[in-house]
Amino acid sequence: MEIGLNHYLVLSTILFAIGLVGVMRRKNLLMLFFATEILLNSVNISFAAISHYYGDLTGQMFAFFVIAIAASEVAVGLGLLIVWHKKHNNIDLEQMSTMRG
Amino acid sequence: MFEAIAFYLFAFLTIAMFYITVTTSQALYALTALAAGMIFISAFFFILGADFLGAVQIVVYSGAVMALYAFGMMFFDTTREVKEKQGNKLIIFGLSSVAAVLLVVIFATPIVSDNITALYPMTEGAGNTQEVGMVLFTKYLVPFEIAAVMLLVAMIAGIVLAGKKMDQSLTLMEEDEIRHMRDEQNKKVLL
Repeated sequence: MEIGLNHYLVLSTILFAIGLVGVMRRKNLLMLFFATEILLNSVNISFAAISHYYGDLTGQMFAFFVIAIAASEVAVGLGLLIVWHKKHNNIDLEQMSTMRG
Repeated sequence: MFEAIAFYLFAFLTIAMFYITVTTSQALYALTALAAGMIFISAFFFILGADFLGAVQIVVYSGAVMALYAFGMMFFDTTREVKEKQGNKLIIFGLSSVAAVLLVVIFATPIVSDNITALYPMTEGAGNTQEVGMVLFTKYLVPFEIAAVMLLVAMIAGIVLAGKKMDQSLTLMEEDEIRHMRDEQNKKVLL
């Protein structure tokens, strides 16, 4: 049985849905970061698959830049999270009502 | 044949690991499941012939990002159970499915509507790492440099945010102590 592009796209869809469910139901900000990592990774899979099935390297290039962005997002986000935790002693989303517009 | 077996095995493992990540109430379980899922995803990159991307996935995600999360979790109270939002489950799953299908449509539309040609085709007789290098350092040189600057900015931001006053804990200090410290800082800034 041949594994085609559609298989990878369906897998990417399932992982993206799992990540979105995580983003919507988590209240803890650390867990929210985990869910965003899942979202970024699921998109990376489809980039690599399309790059392979069309013989084009652009998809892999975009996957590299996505990884770079994810790394810097984690660095800045964790720094902000540590500062928030030092001040308020929790990292729940519902406590951040001071940023409510 | 072996490709199909590998694909289905790793697809099952990845979905199981990420499912654990979003459903467990223990932060440590979520962290380890996420690290395992990242490593399983690099298997797809190796199957697809993107060897360099797979190696970068293992080094950056499972190495750097997971180590960063593990260090960050030392600051938080991870033994406490994680509370969840009480939302309508049907709405959550419906919205997630719609958004995910939309993602596939976005990816698939140019493929269906047009027979696309490769912008940067793979070179014959060159390994994946060599091909990546040739494209990255010619056509994508400017985004590459900008990504380097962005990583530098992120590094400085991380050091400034997390490394400031590591010896003091604002949660253990009294209110007037914090106010006193802040006033002194403001004085320094004004001078």
